[in-house]
Amino acid sequence: MTRRQLWLRFIAHLDRPLLLGISLLLLTSLLVLYSADNASWDRPLRQMLNIVVALTCMWLIANLPLHYLMRTAVPIYVLGMILLVGVALFGEISHGARRWLNLGVMNIQPSELMKIGVPLMMAWYFEKHEATLTLKNYFIAALLLLMPIALIARQPDLGTSILILASGFYVLFLAGLSWRVIGVLLVAVIASAPVMWSMMHDYQRHRIMMLFDPSQDALGNGYHTIQATIAVGSGGILGKGYLNGTQTHLDFLPERTTDFIFAVYSEEFGLLGSIILLAIYSFVVWRGFFITGNASTYFTRLMAGSITLTFATYAFVNMGMVSGILPVVGVPLPLISYGGTSMLTLLLGFGMLMSIETHKKLVKS
Amino acid sequence: MKKHAEFKNHQREIFHFQLRLVVSIGFVLLLLAILLIRFIYLQAVRHNYYQTLAESNRISIVPIVPNRGLILDRNGVVLARNYSGYTLEINRNKTADLEATINQLATLVEITSKDRKRFKKLVAESHDFETLVIRNRLSDEEVARFAAQQYRFPAIEIKARLFRDYPFGDKMSHLLGYIGRINQTDEAQLEASDLGANYRGSDYIGKTGLEQSYEGDLHGTTGIEQVEVDAGGRAVRMLSHTAPVSGNTLVLSIDAKLQEIAEQSFGNYRGALVAIDPNNGEVLAFVSKPGYDPNPFIDGIDTQSWDELNNSPDVPLNNRALRGQYPPGSTIKPFMALAGLNFRTRKPEQTISDPGVYYLPGSSRQYRDWKAGGHGSVNLFKAIQVSCDTYFYGLATEMGIDNIFTYLSRFGFGKKTGIDLEGETSGLLPSQDWKMKRYQQIWYPGDTVSVGIGQGYNLVTPTQLAFATATLANDGVAYKPHLVKEVRSSLGDSKRLIASEPIYDLKIDPAQLQLVKSAMAAVTQPGGTAVYAALGAPYHIAGKTGTAQVVAMKQGEKYDEKKVDERLRDHAWFIAFAPAEEPRVALAVLAENGGHGGSTAAPIARKVLDYYLLGKIPKPMVEVKEKEGSEHD
Repeated sequence: MTRRQLWLRFIAHLDRPLLLGISLLLLTSLLVLYSADNASWDRPLRQMLNIVVALTCMWLIANLPLHYLMRTAVPIYVLGMILLVGVALFGEISHGARRWLNLGVMNIQPSELMKIGVPLMMAWYFEKHEATLTLKNYFIAALLLLMPIALIARQPDLGTSILILASGFYVLFLAGLSWRVIGVLLVAVIASAPVMWSMMHDYQRHRIMMLFDPSQDALGNGYHTIQATIAVGSGGILGKGYLNGTQTHLDFLPERTTDFIFAVYSEEFGLLGSIILLAIYSFVVWRGFFITGNASTYFTRLMAGSITLTFATYAFVNMGMVSGILPVVGVPLPLISYGGTSMLTLLLGFGMLMSIETHKKLVKS
Repeated sequence: MKKHAEFKNHQREIFHFQLRLVVSIGFVLLLLAILLIRFIYLQAVRHNYYQTLAESNRISIVPIVPNRGLILDRNGVVLARNYSGYTLEINRNKTADLEATINQLATLVEITSKDRKRFKKLVAESHDFETLVIRNRLSDEEVARFAAQQYRFPAIEIKARLFRDYPFGDKMSHLLGYIGRINQTDEAQLEASDLGANYRGSDYIGKTGLEQSYEGDLHGTTGIEQVEVDAGGRAVRMLSHTAPVSGNTLVLSIDAKLQEIAEQSFGNYRGALVAIDPNNGEVLAFVSKPGYDPNPFIDGIDTQSWDELNNSPDVPLNNRALRGQYPPGSTIKPFMALAGLNFRTRKPEQTISDPGVYYLPGSSRQYRDWKAGGHGSVNLFKAIQVSCDTYFYGLATEMGIDNIFTYLSRFGFGKKTGIDLEGETSGLLPSQDWKMKRYQQIWYPGDTVSVGIGQGYNLVTPTQLAFATATLANDGVAYKPHLVKEVRSSLGDSKRLIASEPIYDLKIDPAQLQLVKSAMAAVTQPGGTAVYAALGAPYHIAGKTGTAQVVAMKQGEKYDEKKVDERLRDHAWFIAFAPAEEPRVALAVLAENGGHGGSTAAPIARKVLDYYLLGKIPKPMVEVKEKEGSEHD
């Protein structure tokens, strides 16, 4: 094999438009992290490591034929459930929440695993019963979704449970859950809001309250929202310029390398930058939908659609939270916020999308 | 057939799925639109608002307190100054255990329980980020000792600050007053008068005296430093700097040496002295005895010392010169004489016969002259010289209270003089209206008799009497008395003079004026009531003695000084101007419980005049011998 052939094989299963969009976002991540970390190379370098690891995993998944992927669904889901139960029983408490499981060698957060595991399991389930789908199947799929959600919400981790709930719901929706049932669910959700409220933890209620009036508690729970909104708003049309964000560099912005990194970006690059970023995200999502539309099997359609929609939801929830229209839930800005776990989960998803796109001919033939 | 059905089913499924996909795309577009609208709203529509918030986040305005203006006497002697001293200040953010830090510090420099109490009060009143003073005015030795050990106290800083100091202590207290820490009342007043911004960062404000009345000049303009700060409040860099403008310098008309001499001349007497240059209203000496040391008031006087001052029977905190109200006694007579001449109640040469007692027509009530048996035949000149009561009983009665009120108010009696100090009292010049309002009583003829010799309802302040004397000395041309001669900008490039224009001219008939002034000059000549005090003076003193009763004598009772408790003895007055022919100074002296004006008040005046006119410094206080008879009032 020539070198060129080797290279072609190497990139054979990488979807180029998707890779382009992802690369732009990852470059943005390094750029903004450098600023958010006060012109230090520390975070950008570590993020680079996260990216390399996650890209490698993406490449591996992209090269994995789909039937292998399908086979992993049940083991991943079962493992995830076991670990979630383990967390509930023996988890480490940090910041008042029990989210981590100490396995001796490393701490793991099983809920991250379930971001992939739940839609995978549901898509696998629907694929298995494709020919004879009845309402009962949707009900069972919903149970597969709600069991881990219940465990994660108990930790408590509202952000992750909402996102997993969303990704699972997208599978149900794409699998053709009837509009009537969706309508009933919607009514039920609205009706149960007061019950949900009473079941929430105090800090969760606070975050929702803060959304309506952050100034109520300007130095407490409202502080994040207020400072982030000020950062975004003060950016103006063209922004304050790279490395010139005052909210960022004078420490007014909390969590600015992780959940609130969008405020750093938006303060320094302004409305123009925000629109460019939205455009890149839209491009990635468009490509995701394109792949979904071309997907050859029921399983891959459901999986690709769910991954794409979940990605869009991630981005929306984070930017909505930073710009003060959604409550503060711990959702990172996808592919940009600092952090290895979410990077890995997201790129694994994109690896699946690429695999779906690049293996479809094989399946068809 | 089955295969066909499956295929058809598959087709339908694809169609359904694509429908769902379109809905999903619509959903994503909706989310996109929401974000877009939100970003446009925040970054374009509301940009200015958030920009302002971001700026106020990052920019902290640090006031730079100006140096307070100095106070100098007319010759440039410093009466109030600032000196730089060291303080120890604690930054509470840098220490976990405040109490332990202070205890540790106390092993190095002295921290009194008073310091601790004051610190606790400061902690309660201030914000977390402020550094607070734990010790003031460190000695050089203490500074050195602390500096060597500073590494042990990361939370404590040595800072250089300016302190106010009054080098003359209790000698100037009643005119200078003092500054003190700004309290909530001051704050409210500053806010109400829109001065709050200029006092940001200032800790002190004038509380009494000139420090209070010229606060606007002395304080100066606060400078502003704009500093970029981070979220923790730490300064990152300076953005702009506007230097403060130091307060203006007050140059007083007071002569510090004269003030000191006047002060000492009182000896152990309590009382007041106000000396005015009649040609321009400049106050040359302004004494209220006893004084108090204003220095401890600056940083809050401790309760015990305050109680001592406040409860002392000598009431040192009372500004007698400005606020003390006393019956003028016989010092009112020259003014009463002018009134009589003005209303033609008496002709200059007209004489009365004084049997030593006066009766109102149709009344048996006796109004006695101070001299048993009377002064014989008395005209206006002699009536002033010997202070004949009977003459003035009759004069006042014939003139009537209405005329007396009209004429004496022209000299400022019953009114504030408008001297540049706050809290002046207005004395009391009685009238029919006043009595009706005050007591719901009509005016009796007997009331007028007492007013004629400055007793009864009449009350004056030493400042008021000095002002009236100065106006008389200056032939009826009045100048508003003022302690400040000029206000100089701190750089000395501009100055403002205080009140050098006459406020009014009484247009007194020169002949009448001449008669009264010469009679006053005769008071210090043989035959007058203040001969002794003027003995040997190479210039002529025009004066008038007076006695203000502290306790009223019953009808027929005789006042015997030796039998009366010291604090119930009469107050002694002396008013004077000199040289009599061309007055350069006019004054009023009050010696509380001094007995006779001629023997106690006049000698004090003499020392002041000698220094002012001749530059003569008196020998240490000698006991004033009392000469029976010849010096009586």
